[in-house]
Amino acid sequence: MSTVILLLATGLGLGGLYFLVASGLSLIYGLMGVLNFAHGSFLTLGAFVGLAAGNLVGAGTWGGLLLGLLVGALTGAAAATATELGLIRPLYNRHIEQVLVTVGLSLATVALFEGIWGPNPRNVTRTDWLASTTDVLGAHVPNTAFLNVLAAAAVLGGIVAFLRYTRYGLIIRAGVENRAMVTALGIDVRQAFTLVFAVGGAAAGLGGVLATQSLNYVSPHMGASLLIFAFIVTVIGGMGSLTGAAVASVVVAVLQQLANFYLNNTGDLIVVLLLALVLLVRPSGLMGRPA
Amino acid sequence: MSGPNVLEVRGLSARIAGQEVVHDVSFEVPASGVTAVLGRNGVGKTSTLRAILGLVERSGEVLLDGVRVDGERTDRIVRRGVGYVPEDREVFAGLTVSENLRLAERRAGSGGSRAARSGTTAHGTTPARRELVDALFPDLVKRAGQRAGTLSGGQQQMVSLARALLNDNRILLVDEPTKGLAPRIVTEVAETLATAARTVPVLLVEQNLQVVERLAERVVVIDAGRVVHTGPARELLDDPELVQRLLGVSAGSAGETGVAR
Repeated sequence: MSTVILLLATGLGLGGLYFLVASGLSLIYGLMGVLNFAHGSFLTLGAFVGLAAGNLVGAGTWGGLLLGLLVGALTGAAAATATELGLIRPLYNRHIEQVLVTVGLSLATVALFEGIWGPNPRNVTRTDWLASTTDVLGAHVPNTAFLNVLAAAAVLGGIVAFLRYTRYGLIIRAGVENRAMVTALGIDVRQAFTLVFAVGGAAAGLGGVLATQSLNYVSPHMGASLLIFAFIVTVIGGMGSLTGAAVASVVVAVLQQLANFYLNNTGDLIVVLLLALVLLVRPSGLMGRPA
Repeated sequence: MSGPNVLEVRGLSARIAGQEVVHDVSFEVPASGVTAVLGRNGVGKTSTLRAILGLVERSGEVLLDGVRVDGERTDRIVRRGVGYVPEDREVFAGLTVSENLRLAERRAGSGGSRAARSGTTAHGTTPARRELVDALFPDLVKRAGQRAGTLSGGQQQMVSLARALLNDNRILLVDEPTKGLAPRIVTEVAETLATAARTVPVLLVEQNLQVVERLAERVVVIDAGRVVHTGPARELLDDPELVQRLLGVSAGSAGETGVAR
C-alpha cells in the first residue's frame, strides 16, 4: 500500500513538472500552430539563472529558493519573449520555418549552455525540508513532490484565471478557435502571440528551478529530456487544451512511475505506447478539438 | 476624408493555395446604401471580400475613404472602420454570447498615438451602438451567458451581425448572411441589414435574389473570378434574361425564401 502511495505521490510531483512545460507548449500550439522545440531551453536557462540568483541570497535557503523561482520564471519569460519577437514573428504564417528555427535554437542553446556551464550535471544545494521526505500512510514521499504539485496547481489556476478574466485571455481563447476571425475583428493577434510565449516561458523557467530541486542537479540537457515527455503530454491531452495538458500530465507521470516500478523500468515505453494508442483511437487527444 | 465612394477596389486579384481565384476585379462602393456582389457558387465572391480585408493573398489596390489600405494587415484595415460578417458566421463557439460581443468591441481612439501616426482612425464602440445592438437583438441580451456554439444558426448569425454593428464603422462587408437559414430568420436578417444600411454602407454577398431586391441599390456580378456586370440592382432584376445569363437562375425562382418588402 505504501509503495502505491509513494508511486502516486511521486507521479503527481513529476506530473506537476510535465504540466509546467506542457502548459506553455499547448497554449503556443493552440494559438499559433507552432511546435516550439526551444521550450526546453527556456526551462534550462531559467534553472541555471534562477539557481545563480538564489545562490546570491544563500544556497539551500528558502529565501534563495523563492528568489530562484522568481528569477527562473522571469528568465524563461524574457527568453521566450525574445524568441517570439526575434525569430518567430518574422516567420509569421510560415509554420515549417518556425518549427525549424525552434529546433535550431534548441540545439544551439544546449551547446551554448554546455559552453558556459559545462556539459556535466552539477549538484544543487536544497533546503533541509526539500531534501527530506514526509510520511504519508507509511510512504516516505519526497517533499519536492508537494512543492511541484503546489506550483503546478498555482500556475494552472493563474493561467485559467488569466484566460477567463482578462481581455488578453479572451483574445487567446478566441484565437485558439479561429485566429483569422480574431484579426478580422480588428485585434492585433501578434501581441497575444508574444504574451502566450512569455507566459509559457515563465512556466517553463519556474519548472526548471523546481526540476533542479527534484532531480538534485542542474544540467544543460535537463530541458531537452523533460521536453520530450511534455510533448507527449501535450499530444495526449489535446494540442491547445490546458485542461487536457493538466490531466495528461498526471496520467502520463503516474503511469510512468507505476510501470517503472512494477514492469521492470518500462515507464518510457508504456508512455510511448499510450501515445500511440491515443493517436489511433482519438487523434485530437483527450480534450482537443477534432481537426 | 470621405468621397463619393467609401470603398474602391482596383485590379484586385486573390490567390488561395497559390492558385488565383479572383482576377483583376474592380468596382466601387458608394458611401451609402447596399451594394450586392452576386454570382454563381464558387465564382470568387467570398474570396473578393476576404481579399479586401487581406485575409487571403492578394494584389491590386484597395482604397478605403480614398486611402490605400492594401499594404496593411487585416486588423489595421478593420480598425479603420470595416465591419465583417463572414460566411458561415464564424462565431467563437466556446465563448459566450457576451464574450463574443466583448471581443468585437473596439475602443474609439484605441491605438493612441501609434494609430494617429499611421493614419488609422479608430471607429470604435459607442454607447449608441451598444443600444442599437441591444434593441436589434433582444434575444442575445437574454442569452448573454450562453455559449455561442450552442445557439441555432439564426442566433449565431445575429451574434455575427451584432459584432459588426457594435462599432461605428465606415462600411460593413457582409457575406451570405441568409445562407442556410429558415424563411422567418431570413426576413429578420434582411430587416436588420436594412436598418444597419441606413447608417452605414454595406457590401453584401448574397445568393437570395429576394434579399437582394429588398436591400440592394447596386449590384456587382462576378463570374469565374472576374466582374462581368455592374449597375443598378433594379436594372438587373427587371431583366430575366440577364439574370438567367449572369446568375444561371430565373429572377422569380432564385429567392427560395420569402422576404417581407
